[in-house]
Amino acid sequence: MTKIAVLVKQVPDTNSKIVISGNSVDLSSVKMVMSPYDEFAVENALRHKESVGGTVTAITVGGPSAEKVLKDAKAIGVDEIVRIDCDSYLDSNALQSILSSMISESGFEVVYCGKSAADTGAGSTGPGIAEHLGWASVSNITESNSEGNFTVVAPLNDGNAIIEVPIPAVITCDKGNTKVRKPNVKGIMQAKRAQVDVRSCEVPASAVSIVNQSLPPAKPEGKMYEGGQSASEVARLLRDEANII
Amino acid sequence: MTNTIVIAELNKGSIHSTTKELISAAQMLGNSCTVVVPCNDSSVADSISSVSGVTKIIVAKSEIFTSYDASGWASAIDSVTPEGTIITSASPQSKDLAARLAARRKLSVVQDVVSIQDGNLTSPVYSGKAMQTVSTSGNTVVSIRQNVFDPSPDGGSAEVSVIDASGNVTTAVKELISRASERLDVSEANIIISGGRGMGSPDNFTHLEQIADTLGAAVGASRAAVDTWDDIPHSMQVGQTGKTVNPNLYIAVGISGAIQHLAGMRSSKYIVAINKDADAPIFQHADYGIVATWEEALPVLQSSLSAMM
Repeated sequence: MTKIAVLVKQVPDTNSKIVISGNSVDLSSVKMVMSPYDEFAVENALRHKESVGGTVTAITVGGPSAEKVLKDAKAIGVDEIVRIDCDSYLDSNALQSILSSMISESGFEVVYCGKSAADTGAGSTGPGIAEHLGWASVSNITESNSEGNFTVVAPLNDGNAIIEVPIPAVITCDKGNTKVRKPNVKGIMQAKRAQVDVRSCEVPASAVSIVNQSLPPAKPEGKMYEGGQSASEVARLLRDEANII
Repeated sequence: MTNTIVIAELNKGSIHSTTKELISAAQMLGNSCTVVVPCNDSSVADSISSVSGVTKIIVAKSEIFTSYDASGWASAIDSVTPEGTIITSASPQSKDLAARLAARRKLSVVQDVVSIQDGNLTSPVYSGKAMQTVSTSGNTVVSIRQNVFDPSPDGGSAEVSVIDASGNVTTAVKELISRASERLDVSEANIIISGGRGMGSPDNFTHLEQIADTLGAAVGASRAAVDTWDDIPHSMQVGQTGKTVNPNLYIAVGISGAIQHLAGMRSSKYIVAINKDADAPIFQHADYGIVATWEEALPVLQSSLSAMM
């Protein structure tokens, strides 16, 4: 019986427009969804459980509004859903401290998460937690296999490698060829009724604070040409103006 | 001022040129820059010993560094790295290492930095749709995007010491799976030429490959192309659920410029777009836009570039 955890995060739908008001991003009118790579993490966690037996617990850190992603995970098939109640800004060290103490207190053996969250894009949480816990980790995996010795496929030395990973371990998931299952009606109904296990936490101090958020600087308008023949002019500009060729 | 330590970026057994960019960034964050070179052949460090701004080079020599293991690398590098703010490249492997090193020292990590001003660090967030600037207190670990900072010039002479490092390797490589194609990977290339569904069929990617061969470029693809054609593998995909790239030149052919694609390539230094639809959103992000079919434009581009090389 393997105790498996999957970390999920609520982020703005990646197709949504980002609006700035004042000095920060305004997410009030943006649809929030599960971060895309976390869907692969949930899928790998469920497959792990299906091949060795055990339970999958989805964990998120956030306020009550973050529970939607837990319900989404429940609808796909996780067993338990946990929200660590903390709505304030956390830097990487603070977030990892909270998650790693919860993971070790609860006795999880394998932790899956997305390779990065679609909002920060940082990808620090998985390897950081592994280091906090003193566990093995492999990042950006595209396949996992838990029958027999636990192995994953991940990029290595300009190619890919099948890597054997000792448990306990943290695995961060890339897209790969893994097909993600979709919730069915029964799952959605169960998720509606499911209880979220809300845990409190001590919020450690953050050494990083956000000064401001802004839109990226507008790119100067480019040069437009009509017709395929103009490709020779563009090639010349790449050499003479951009100094690239 | 803070001590800064640059972890040299390695590529196929030698020091990657982005390391000189990391040294520039280090000089903006503190003084007395030490470069740690993880390797198993200490002669690797020669290529940076005369870079300006470096006071000391520590060659961390270990068999561990022939193949990446997050735990092994972090523990071995940590054991030879002095206290200070640690700077790494923002390649996928080095971001992983940065997160490990930070957690090992109970420091915070700021990833994908593209600008440093008065000690504040700016990184793209929301897939590049916004920029976020943070301030930090105390030592931190910072990863720096490639091709953003100017490389530190030659003109220094650093003291070099070699230390045998050891670390706690946890994973074991069972089998290397060679890449399906021998072509350069998009995440390593300085020039990328990508095709979208507008290429009409996967066979037509050979026209992109010819230009890639002329330029020493990698060939990429949009998600639409990868999803439509089995012959275009996911490893070529640039975008939200593919790879994020930051090359000097990105040539988008038959790609409309969906948000999902822009997320992976909008920070490229120069963008060329070739599309038959003048209203394609990709043109709003292009430095040079050509409204034409690829059938018309690519042969002309190919022959012009060949003539220049």
